[in-house]
Amino acid sequence: MVLSKTTSQLDESVHSTFASRYVRHSLPRFTMPENSIPKEAAFQIINDELMLDGNPRLNLASFVTTWMEPECDKLIMDSINKNYVDMDEYPVTTELQNRCVNIIAHLFNAPLGDGEAAVGVGTVGSSEAIMLAGLAFKRKWQNKMKAKGKPYDKPNIVTGANVQVCWEKFARYFEVELKEVKLREGYYVMDPEKAVEMVDENTICVAAILGSTLNGEFEDVKRLNELLTEKNKTTGWDTSIHVDAASGGFIAPFIYPELEWDFRLPLVKSINVSGHKYGLVYAGIGWAIWRSKEDLPEELIFHINYLGTDQPTFTLNFSKGSSQVIAQYYQLIRLGHEGYKCIMENCQENAKVLKEGLEKTKRFNIVSKENGVPLVAFSLKDNSSHTEFEVSELLRRFGWIVPAYTMPPNAEHVTVLRVVIREDFSRTLAERLVSDIEKVLQELDNLPSRVRMKLAGSEETAGKHDDVVKKTINDVQKEITATWRKFAADRKKTKGVC
Amino acid sequence: MVVTTTVSDADEHLHCTFASRYARTSLPRFKMPEGSMPKEAAYQIVNDELMLDGNPRLNLASFVTTWMEPECDKLIMDSINKNYVDMDEYPVTTELQNRCVNMIAHLFHAPVGDDETAIGVGTVGSSEAIMLAGLAFKRKWEAKRKAQGKPYDKPNIVTGANVQVCWEKFARYFEVELKEVKLKEGYYVMDPVKAVEMVDENTICVAAILGSTLTGEFEDVKHLSELLTEKNKTTGWDTPIHVDAASGGFIAPFLFPELEWDFRLPLVKSINVSGHKYGLVYAGVGWVIWRSKEDLPEELVFHINYLGSDQPTFTLNFSKGSSQIIAQYYQFIRLGFEGYKSIMENCMENARLLREEIAKTGKFEIVSKDVGVPLVAFALKDGSRYTVFQISESLRRFGWIVPAYTMPPDAEHIAVLRVVIREDFSHSLAERFVSNIQKVLKELDELPPRVSTKAAHVTAVTDETQKDNADQPHLKKSAMETQKEIFNYWRRISDKKTSGVC
Repeated sequence: MVLSKTTSQLDESVHSTFASRYVRHSLPRFTMPENSIPKEAAFQIINDELMLDGNPRLNLASFVTTWMEPECDKLIMDSINKNYVDMDEYPVTTELQNRCVNIIAHLFNAPLGDGEAAVGVGTVGSSEAIMLAGLAFKRKWQNKMKAKGKPYDKPNIVTGANVQVCWEKFARYFEVELKEVKLREGYYVMDPEKAVEMVDENTICVAAILGSTLNGEFEDVKRLNELLTEKNKTTGWDTSIHVDAASGGFIAPFIYPELEWDFRLPLVKSINVSGHKYGLVYAGIGWAIWRSKEDLPEELIFHINYLGTDQPTFTLNFSKGSSQVIAQYYQLIRLGHEGYKCIMENCQENAKVLKEGLEKTKRFNIVSKENGVPLVAFSLKDNSSHTEFEVSELLRRFGWIVPAYTMPPNAEHVTVLRVVIREDFSRTLAERLVSDIEKVLQELDNLPSRVRMKLAGSEETAGKHDDVVKKTINDVQKEITATWRKFAADRKKTKGVC
Repeated sequence: MVVTTTVSDADEHLHCTFASRYARTSLPRFKMPEGSMPKEAAYQIVNDELMLDGNPRLNLASFVTTWMEPECDKLIMDSINKNYVDMDEYPVTTELQNRCVNMIAHLFHAPVGDDETAIGVGTVGSSEAIMLAGLAFKRKWEAKRKAQGKPYDKPNIVTGANVQVCWEKFARYFEVELKEVKLKEGYYVMDPVKAVEMVDENTICVAAILGSTLTGEFEDVKHLSELLTEKNKTTGWDTPIHVDAASGGFIAPFLFPELEWDFRLPLVKSINVSGHKYGLVYAGVGWVIWRSKEDLPEELVFHINYLGSDQPTFTLNFSKGSSQIIAQYYQFIRLGFEGYKSIMENCMENARLLREEIAKTGKFEIVSKDVGVPLVAFALKDGSRYTVFQISESLRRFGWIVPAYTMPPDAEHIAVLRVVIREDFSHSLAERFVSNIQKVLKELDELPPRVSTKAAHVTAVTDETQKDNADQPHLKKSAMETQKEIFNYWRRISDKKTSGVC
């Protein structure tokens, strides 16, 4: 266990870490170092470098949970050495996963009888969950087309252009065409009518998002279901729906229980949700739930026969840690329905505080809606002198990480700032953020606009030759706008962080 | 942060956890409970149920690391709330990943220049790594076929039947045919000659394993490379090799540095290794390294443009924890080459000790080889009185988890027990294990063999009826049939576990 010959020099253990020679050497970056170093030195060096990472709790870009109770931290640490896939060695952990699947399936109103086990699995995140769900749809569609004797080499999937990058990954890696419904200014989610129009006989499913990454909006899954049911009647194609509820899956059931978006709609065959977003667990857990056994083709499931038990598995990852699954179960029983509801209501309340604080400055348009994921997306009313990207940069000085994005096609001219309200973003933090934003606006107002200065310079030189000059000014203006647009485009962060 | 309405009872917080009503109610298993409960109760309930899980450190089935130094545990806990994919928010963590990729690439002799960065990525495990590598091969092969104007709808991959289940997953999910080279008794890895024979124009790559799951053996990648190079000369198909070094990747460079299995062989285009096996990190990190940029088709790489930096990414998973990546870097700088070498030498020494003691009992045949992953796989010389499955069951009583497996085709009649020697399996634990095995053997020897008793009963019956002299050939058949039935019954009960645990 403990290496017997780590210390090469006899008196090394006497030096305090910062007195030792290890802090004097630069660590190799490309090759493994030849010798060992004491564990205290290794810890200190890495710990110190990591101080320069952002503070996770001030990262307002991410939906992913950044705080859990100390009791849960203890459970996590105790199970950090359990390999989740060893179902036979860790039967309790496996059972906890099954319980979580059942609890979430019931939360989503899956049509299960009493005592009937739900069909679903724990994954590393919504990306894996979406790939599994997509695979199931692809295989079902292929079998259907084969049975009809039709070609099955060109499957496609219909989604909005606001989808998170993992759908594009799924499409590219599993060779499915992605048919995107374009957005437009003021309408930043998938239009159900346009989506249903795009459905053809090669469509394996239509993917709706509950909680769009960009502005937190819930797509109208019920309307999509109605339109698609009608189309299915005439075409006989039987196209189904998948709901990407990565963010919204743990919000809608608590705050909007009458909103019909889940298995209550008959065409919805599978749902994914991120345990590490509003499931309130650290990064590394997602859930994929299927409506029933029929929606998950048996040929995709691998059966691992352990002594006495048959465990079916359908995941892309094999070995992984058990901590997050245990943490998810802890949260489900610790908080219960009442607890989750209270937390979501608090988040919404704090989002409102932030929204009202921003509206009071009279400088911002609020782009996010009331109903949806608790976040506030806002853009500058007047971004001719300063852009949202500059606001984002200046906020970093205070420690806040607030991303600025341009919208996907066809609304690329709209740029927004987005603040996600997580469980640990309290009211005091919200008020502090508003006051810091006000400070930033004041600073920007005092700064000369970078764009205006260049234009002013060109006007002076242009006064001498009229015709040629007019063209020149226009050209110069175009050039400058183009340069800044390119600069902003190069820095844009459309679908990076979920 | 703290939910304000958790405590429904005014004096609830006074009760100690086991005095409270929470210890009396059964937790719902299918539905979310309506109300909240205090965090101490929630912690206690979950903790107590988990007591009935196996002890990870006594799980001798798994290659995956089960112990790390407390300093590393602290680093892990401090970074548990960092979402690894936020490259812009956590630039240092991202850089640590890049450093690990470079270190591993150099360890595998990737042909990278001094300032050149290696091509590779951190994954959740070797499963994801293999899927990414396989995807790259598939896409490259498709592009080649398209350029030649040939059909590209039936890709296949050649491996041994001893592959871990993730290759079968890759084949099934990504629609690639799996052509398996069957094993035979005494030869439990992929035969390079047979493998190269199976290669055809639709083969996207040949996958060799460095450290077979079942016996820990290293496949002869060099020989495979030689044979495949010759075949490529005649056919012009240019078939490459992938090395699945999930276990062996962190053993061979330290213990067998002259063994040529990595990028030193020109046909090897990508390698995967599990950080959580002999990389000595907890479950949840793997690495895949490509030889050069040309071996990773650009179309598979997604570019995420962050403020100022372009970060290319190619993974199946998106959000995940950062802890294991940081832990891997800790291990690299903490141990260095010397440290890893010492640990691997210790493991080999403990494996050797275990192997000798097990052979000394006289009851077992050692199936694993000396050169390979430090593990001991052994089969019963005489499996008629009791099976390895029974030994495995009995060892559980002492706390040890030692799996028993039957080999894949065509050697399914061979059943083995396998003990993996990890970093934390010390000499004293090895001695204790051997003494427990001896106890188990003694017990099983004293038990009347389950099969023989029943057979005895059957013969008794037939003897009596024989005196009647009626239907002699009939009765003899009955005895045989009944014996067969009994054999089959017991074989079915002791269920097979061929490719379950990695």
